[in-house]
Parts: sequence; C-alpha cells; structure tokens
Amino acid sequence: MSTATTLLVKGADLAGAGAGDLLVRDGVVVEVGSVSAPRDAEVIDADGLVALPGLVDLHTHLREPGREDAETIATGAAAAAVGGYTAILAMANTTPVTDTAEAAERIAELGARTGLVDVQPIGAVTKGLAGEELAELGLMARSRARVRVFSDDGHCVHDARVMRRALEYVRAFDGVISQHAQEPRLADGAACCHEGELSGRLGLPGWPGVAEEVIVARDVMLARHTGSRVHIAHVSTAGSVEVLRWARSQGVAVTAEVTPHHLLLTTDLLSGYDPTFKVNPPLRPAEDVEALRAALADGTIDAVATDHAPHARHDKEHAFVDAAFGMLGLETALPVVSEVMVASGLLDWAGVAQVMSVRPARIAGLAGHGRPLAVGEPANLTLVDPQAQVTVDRDASMSLSRNNPWHGRTLRGAVHATVLRGRPTVLKGALA
Amino acid sequence: MRHLLSMEDLETDEILTLLTTAESMHDVQRREVKKLPTLRGRTIVNLFFEDSTRTRSSFEIAGKWLSADVINISGKGSSTSKGESLRDTVLTVAAMGVDGLVIRHHASGAARQVSQWVDASIVNAGDGMHEHPTQALLDAYTMRRALGDLAGRHVAIVGDLTHSRVLRSNLICLARLGARVTVVAPPTLMPSGIGTWAAAEGFETSYDLDAVLPSADAVMMLRVQRERMSGGFFPTPREYTVGYGLTRDRLRLLQDHTVICHPGPMNRGLEIAADAADAARSLILDQVSAGVAVRMSVLYHLLAGGSAEPAARAGAQRTGATTVHEGVS
Repeated sequence: MSTATTLLVKGADLAGAGAGDLLVRDGVVVEVGSVSAPRDAEVIDADGLVALPGLVDLHTHLREPGREDAETIATGAAAAAVGGYTAILAMANTTPVTDTAEAAERIAELGARTGLVDVQPIGAVTKGLAGEELAELGLMARSRARVRVFSDDGHCVHDARVMRRALEYVRAFDGVISQHAQEPRLADGAACCHEGELSGRLGLPGWPGVAEEVIVARDVMLARHTGSRVHIAHVSTAGSVEVLRWARSQGVAVTAEVTPHHLLLTTDLLSGYDPTFKVNPPLRPAEDVEALRAALADGTIDAVATDHAPHARHDKEHAFVDAAFGMLGLETALPVVSEVMVASGLLDWAGVAQVMSVRPARIAGLAGHGRPLAVGEPANLTLVDPQAQVTVDRDASMSLSRNNPWHGRTLRGAVHATVLRGRPTVLKGALA
Repeated sequence: MRHLLSMEDLETDEILTLLTTAESMHDVQRREVKKLPTLRGRTIVNLFFEDSTRTRSSFEIAGKWLSADVINISGKGSSTSKGESLRDTVLTVAAMGVDGLVIRHHASGAARQVSQWVDASIVNAGDGMHEHPTQALLDAYTMRRALGDLAGRHVAIVGDLTHSRVLRSNLICLARLGARVTVVAPPTLMPSGIGTWAAAEGFETSYDLDAVLPSADAVMMLRVQRERMSGGFFPTPREYTVGYGLTRDRLRLLQDHTVICHPGPMNRGLEIAADAADAARSLILDQVSAGVAVRMSVLYHLLAGGSAEPAARAGAQRTGATTVHEGVS
C-alpha cells in the first residue's frame, strides 16, 4: 500500500468539467487546475480518465459476522475498493443482526482496519429483523459507529404501525429508514420470479410488482404524515417510479435507489432456472428497466446502490426456489452504469457523480464523502477509464463468492484507481 | 434424445415415435411374461424428493420390465433436509454409476438444473409447478387410442391450472399434436400472464365450463389440492364444484364420443363426480395402464441406444410379440 502523503492526479477530466490536475496533501485536495508535480509527489497519469468523487454504496451485504465463508468485511471492502468505492453501507442482516450499538461499533472497527474503504454500518429497524419491536435505534445513533441509516433489508417493515413509529423516532437524530418494499401477503418468502407470463410458464412463485408498489405508496404517505425521511431500497418497477414521482411533486421527503442489475438484466434470464439470476426483488421485464433508467436520469430515483449479496456456492446450488437470493455487484456497478446510462446518453459523468457518490453520501449522512473535487475537500476519488472494454470474469473477483450475474459480459468503462483520503487503494484496476 | 426434461424438448415426430414405441410396449404389458432384456445391465435411479406412489411405481415397473436395475431413493428426509445442496445430492447418487435418473422434485426447474450437473440421462417425473412430460405423453397416448388422431380435436383442461405441471406439459404436447385446447378455471387458479401465453401459443381460456363442454372431444379434469382450499383461491369446495366440477348434470352436456381423463389422484365429489370418474367414457384407468407403456418407451429411447435395439428385437421375437418400433434416436 502506498504511503505517499502527496499525490498528484494529472490530467483527469474532473467529473465532466474539463481536464485538470488535482494535488492532494495529507488527504485533502490542496490545488486544482494546472499543477506541476512537487518532488515528493506520487503521480497518477490520468490522461483520458474521468475523476469522480469516491463512490458511495448505500446497500452492501457483507457476511461478517456469521457467514465469513461467503464474505468478510475485509474481502467485501477489497471488492468495494476495486469497484471504485470509498464508502459502503453494510446491511444489518448478519448473524447476529446489527441491532445494537456494540454490534454496529464492531463492524465499523473491522471496516476501519481494512484501510480500503469506509464501512458504515446500517442498523436494524427492529430487533432481530423480526418486524415487531424497534431495535435500539437511538443507542446505535449515539454509538461510535454513528448509525444514521436503519433497515430490515431482506425483510419489509410490513407492519404499518411499526413503520410509522420508526419513521417518527429517527427524526430525533436525522436518521432515515431504508425500506425493503415487499408486502409479504402479496409476495411471500417463496416468491422468486416476476409475476407475469414467464412465471406462469416456468411454474415459479410469482413476485408481483404491486407487492412493492403498495408498500412504496404506503410509506410515502407515512413519510408525509410524520414529516420523516424514508428511503426506498432497490426500486424495481415502473409503478413504484410513478408513485415516487408523485411523492416528489408533493415535497415528501422520500429518496430511492436502484441496483445496477435492475437497470440492465431482465426477467427472461430466469428461463433456464439458473439461481445466479435469483435476486430480491426479482429481475423485471424490459418496460420496468426502461422506466428505472428514465427515473434515474431525471432524478426521481436518487442513487445507484449495488445490493451486493455474496453467497457461498452451495447456497446457490439448490433448486431455484430453494436457492439463496442475491448477486454480486460492487465490482461491476460502475461499468454497468457507464454502459447503461452514459453510453446511452442518459447521464453524463457529472450525473454519474451525483447518483453514485454525491446523493448516496447525502442520504447516508456521510460528511466526508460525495464532496466536490475542490480545494479543501477530502480526497476521496475514483478514476474511471470510460473507454476500457472489460469482460467480466467471476474468478477474478475480490469477493469470496462467485454468484456473479455479469460473468462473461463485456462492459465499457472500468475503474482505474480509487483514492481514500489521499491514499490510493486501487491503481491500474488492482489493489494498490 | 438425451434427457426428457420438458415437452419442449420433443418435436412432433419424436412424440409420435415415443407413442408408437409405447404401443409395442403396451403389447408387452399384456403378455404373461412381461420382461424385455433391453436395458439389462443398466441402472435407473428413481430419485423422488416429493411423495408419489403412482408415478414412482409406474417408472419402477417400466424399468423392471425392460430388465434395468431400478433403485428408489427418497429425497424426503434424506440429506436435503439437513441442508445438503441439490447438486451434492445428485452428484452423490450419480457417482454410484447411474445410467438414468428419474427425478421428481417439489421445485420447478429442478430436473433441468440436475441435467447440467451429471452425465446420466434425466427424466423429469414432475418438477414443482412446471412440467410432467411423461404424464402428457400418456394422456396423448390414451386419448389417441380412444379418439384417433388428435389434430383438430378439442380438449378442455379444467381445474387448478396455476399449480399444475400436468397442464403445462399438456399444453405443449397437445399443441404439437394439433389439438385445440381450452383451459377452464376460476381466475384465481389461472397462471399469471395466461392471456398473453394463450395468445402466443394459440389456446383459449374460459371461466365458463358449461360453455366449453358441448364442443369438447376430451375433458381433462385436474386435481384441486386440499391445501388450495384454505388458500383463499375460492370460497368453498361446494362453490368450486358448482362452478368447475364435472358433475353428473354436466355429463349431459358431453357429446357421445367425448372422453374423460384425470391424472389422479382424484377428489371424488369435488372436481369430479363418481358418475363421471366411473363412466364408460372415463379413461382414468387406461391412463394408469398407458403410463407404464409410455415410460417404458421413454426409458427405452433414452437408455437403450442403437446397440440395444437387436436385443430388444430378439426379446420381442422370442416371445412372439410385436417388434419394438425401429428408428429410435
């Protein structure tokens, strides 16, 4: 790992604002523009690269504690760094669940030890993710881990009264509830395929879009009623987008994220029953994918979040309905967004900076991330080679798991380097 | 033909070949000595992760009459419930040296997944709500014996369509054989997206059994599973019977030649009245009998290969029965 305290990023396109140099000293940007290299500086030749504020993932599953065979905080952090991330939010559904201050502090501490990425724990909304009693939200917020985002992800906070109380309660410390929107009476635990003609033909339990949409609609109204912030995780349907668009027009404090896989992969991939493509919410038809792209482009959806969900091989080698939900995402998110949003002209690089860094950092309340590339700001940077064509190889992953739905796909756009507070964590696409 | 995972795997001529071979096998079945030496030395495992007496016995008899060594393994209560992956379970079974694996599983797609992991030939004996191809073949076999060529014939399939693998295999099989199909069920028991599916595949849907029955040449009643009755799919069994049961009154709507099928097990009094199940036009026991012949045919085509053909012929000639159909793949 590099120990240089002075770093010069030479000739990058600064988030689409034109070429410039960035001089970084002791973790802070000290000069922007045309800079000649000081003698002690480590220089990154960034000619042809785009510089973005370091990427922030609102939705990462690390499997530590509990399933360290699938992912540890260290391996997840390495995958994040290679994927261009400088901060990730670790979901609470570990074993034990992150529902206490102590558990949250432990994760933050193990994250800090990696030195690769800031690992910010998400706290559970309810004890044990059971959906009944509030977890110690305030103690998690006051802890050294400073938890601000709370989620029962994997489970929906389906009880309207519990959701209302959670929304009200976290206002005291500007917290936000990240909701996994899935009405369990309309899509139960067996639901695993978008409900439609394909689920009918394949005989797979259907997961109808409306099961998401009714919760999004309900929570938007609860947020309006309580005046609290709600965040909708992994939005997957055009109907949810319609509700969100209306909510924004009403000034409701709702934010939303979309995953890279819901921006590109479609439900027809399930026709061969390959559990690699089993994810919750499920892959949807092309109409939904189109609506999600448009919503991300126009700001109805704020952020791209990976829902990186590593699983041991044997947990995916069951029959489709019995296999684990989830797919890897940290290392491929930027290339997918580049391919889907930039190459298509839906977003420019400044827009990518917004959806992958600025807004997620703001939603999560991470003060040191998602900042402008400007003097005095913390030097959290991601350098992207927008022209690089990379064919995804699941065996080249830093993750311990291999449930990679992108394997074999060629995507345009690759992370060249990642800089965490002035120190390169990734150079030339590999850990520094 | 390497596996039989779905009726999609079979072109029309392959279906007809299987049915023709099944006729020869049916003749064998009626002989005093029922064994053919065709699959001597071959090992077939019936790997059933879900309870099934009928289908498992049918495959077992079919394998034995072809002289294969047949072993039944129940997946229920075995290693799978302890969390072993499906892949590990089937690799363990396959490692014993298995030529054919007949698999029944509660999960849709299981047979297809297994076919990607092992070298043995896989027969799908029912995967969740997806398919049950040998059932569709035996249904076609039975209906053809009663009605002749099915091209242009009208088949009504009635009952719990959503959860039925028999439906899905039959839709494909009957379409390949040129039959016209109408599926009938209350809206809550219709598979999602069936409207577009029907439009794409050219079958019809109806909520009105009385309107469909008069033009049907065959009526296939599907079982309504007990657990559906409490699932809110319909208010009461009584109401279901009134709307969608093949009652004694409805028998009057049928044409003289119209036949009745049911894949079993039946809920007498719910989806089918005793008068319908036991009527002269009922083919329900013929279906069971045909099941063995059709499964013999499938196992023969999958496992015998070209080399075993002369043995099959010799076996057939020795006992003076019809020669097993040639042109196997």
